Amino acid sequence: MHELWFWLVAVMIAIYVVMDGFDFGAGILHLVVAKTNEERREVLGAIGPLWDGNEVWLLAGGGSMFLAFPKVLASGFSGFYLAIWLVVWCLMLRGISIEFRSHLEDGLWRRFWDGTFALSSLLLPILFGAALGNVLRGVPVDGSGFFEMALWTNFRQGPQPGILDWYTVLIGVFALVTVTAHGALFLAWKTDGPVHDRSRGLGMKLWGAVLVLWILSSYATSVVNPGIFHRLPQAPLGWVASLVFLAGLALVFIGLKRERFLLAFLGSGAFILGLLAASAACVYPVMLKSTLGPQFDLTALNASVGVHGLRTGLAWWLIGFPIAIAYVAFLFRFHRGKVKAAAEGEGY
Amino acid sequence: MGDPLFWHRLQFGFTATYHYLFPQLTMGLALIIVVLKAMGLRTGEARYNDAARFWIKIFGINFAVGVVTGIPLEFQFGTNWAKFSHISGGIIGQTLAMEGMFAFFLESSFLGMLIWGEKKLSPKGHFRAAMALWIGSWLSGYFIIATNAFMQHPVGYTVAADGTLQLSSFWAFLLNPWALGQYAHNMIAAVVTASFVVAAIGAFWTLKGIHPEQARLNLRTGTIMGLLFSLLVAFPTGDLSGKLVAKYQPITLAAMEGRFESGPRANLTLVGQPNVAQRRIENPIQLPAVLSFIAYGSFSSNVKGLNEFPEDQWPQNIELLYYSFHIMAGLGTIMIAIMGLAALLLWKKRLDTARPMLWILMLAFPFPYIATTAGWAVAEFGRQPWLIYGVLRTVQGGSPTVNAGHTAFTTLGFAGIFVVLSVLWLFLIGREISHGPVSHSQKA
Repeated sequence: MHELWFWLVAVMIAIYVVMDGFDFGAGILHLVVAKTNEERREVLGAIGPLWDGNEVWLLAGGGSMFLAFPKVLASGFSGFYLAIWLVVWCLMLRGISIEFRSHLEDGLWRRFWDGTFALSSLLLPILFGAALGNVLRGVPVDGSGFFEMALWTNFRQGPQPGILDWYTVLIGVFALVTVTAHGALFLAWKTDGPVHDRSRGLGMKLWGAVLVLWILSSYATSVVNPGIFHRLPQAPLGWVASLVFLAGLALVFIGLKRERFLLAFLGSGAFILGLLAASAACVYPVMLKSTLGPQFDLTALNASVGVHGLRTGLAWWLIGFPIAIAYVAFLFRFHRGKVKAAAEGEGY
Repeated sequence: MGDPLFWHRLQFGFTATYHYLFPQLTMGLALIIVVLKAMGLRTGEARYNDAARFWIKIFGINFAVGVVTGIPLEFQFGTNWAKFSHISGGIIGQTLAMEGMFAFFLESSFLGMLIWGEKKLSPKGHFRAAMALWIGSWLSGYFIIATNAFMQHPVGYTVAADGTLQLSSFWAFLLNPWALGQYAHNMIAAVVTASFVVAAIGAFWTLKGIHPEQARLNLRTGTIMGLLFSLLVAFPTGDLSGKLVAKYQPITLAAMEGRFESGPRANLTLVGQPNVAQRRIENPIQLPAVLSFIAYGSFSSNVKGLNEFPEDQWPQNIELLYYSFHIMAGLGTIMIAIMGLAALLLWKKRLDTARPMLWILMLAFPFPYIATTAGWAVAEFGRQPWLIYGVLRTVQGGSPTVNAGHTAFTTLGFAGIFVVLSVLWLFLIGREISHGPVSHSQKA
């Protein structure tokens, strides 16, 4: 039951990254790929009906972690205190930027929200990537089950690292470039005209950068957490996940080459999902690694709630999850085809 | 001020109070929009859809601010109340995760369709989107109230060897009697807020002499729903909530009333100032024996006073608790009177021309906001000194590794963000009100 919940939480967080990832990417790119107001409304029209639902995966995934592994949530959230609030403030700014932009037909008003939308979209993946970096590297959690971490110390590794050090910043940049590339494929799929052409042109270059950063990050991870890949050969799920992300990566390049952008977008989704799942398989059962010694690690076994709570949660999760997937399918179907900028007052 | 707990409490109280200004209108309006869309479908009259269209715009702006101010609350469990989260996460995590799965996905999927979809969808389809938002927002409310009810009156749990709380009965936890009573009271109060806002806009347009047809419809809708729900908020739901407090938190009841001495035929204080140091109420105006009747259904019942309980079990802020309760109950009574009078004039077909009444309706819309805020203050101050009533004290729930400087910083950050959000909200809502309703026939 513990292992199952570990995977449910991991999968929900991975779905979150894939889903919100493409609208982060669109937000990061829109200043570059969409030059006119009309073009920016096209970008917003593509993600407008979806972004809020995408973000719910974060709350649902976080809630699932809360119910199954409250110790991990309590330790991680209080330990990363300032970084968490930076994330929250960015999420708030981003939501308001998307929702309020279209209310006024005024150039300055709209340029302001375009700027805040791009800025918050840019910061979030760096922060989320750095968070993943911290989980892979480890944090100074001790016998109390809690830890305290500065936003940064000297950017080096050691028993008392900062939330940001050279490694976590590298993972942050990798996350940033990956979701940007993911967003470029989404826009290439959902738009036509100049936005499509620019997104497509950038997509190819960005995916080249993803490839380089992926190799670099993997190597850096093996330096920072030397044992991390040892578990992979014995983890069948890790093998499956690795196949998924490699296939995804291949699909991205095939899709881009053959101009089948939906295929490329699905490929980039599979790449992100598979990579995160493979990382989860490498660290299992550790959820929060301690830099002070493995006896302090918070794991799926020592941080989980009792079996009755997990079973109960699973019972309604099995109802809720398919419903959530059905909503996503319904929304994508309802908004199928290329987007057009909505008329003033009738859309984002 | 150097105590982190002070800042944790201030931050949660401040952000939760500010947040709840928005969902109460959202949840109440969701029902009113459903009613308007249903009337539009049934009668085929354009005026109902025109009114719904106006309120959907207000709903959209309000919903967005509600979403972004709600995010910090979910995160504060882990960041500021880590001990509490660790101990109780296995229980309250259930309802918080269910809110995401069953309510937020539903709301976020259909929000866009409600706001932008009127032309794309059939009238029935648009009505269904309104239904989805109503169900989603009211479900969300239930999961939050159930979470809070566990803190007020914990049920369905056992204490594990390591001190954490483990779920023992999901249904006892989900159908906590406290949750059912508080939910009914809270949701009805949300409809009162929305009704007062709808009536205020109707009164404003009538006094200005603009949009006469829509002004009349809003006045009528706001007044009828306002009277009905103002009555329901007091009886049976307010009464029921009071009886729950009397049964499960007798110390809180005593503190709410500023009652120090025990005894039968307990008086209900209408006016008076609690003097906690000297343990009495100053300048009281009281109804004899009414408190006994309200709390236990009989004038001769004994209502315990604070003197009967050790002081370390008293809520720490008895003054604020006392005033919050009296402001809530007092405003509740005034709101029934306002809506009763307005409904009488409506029935006599004189509301449209009764200018003093229209002024009152236009200016009264803050009352329900103040009353709901005070009501939540009663619930939360009344719960003290416990975080989970009788199980975990508030001083034991904070994050052990977060210092006062961190929380002071983020609290000030929120103060700044909320000022900006308030200005934006007022500006955008003000714009919509001055634009007024848009009828589709005019637009085409």
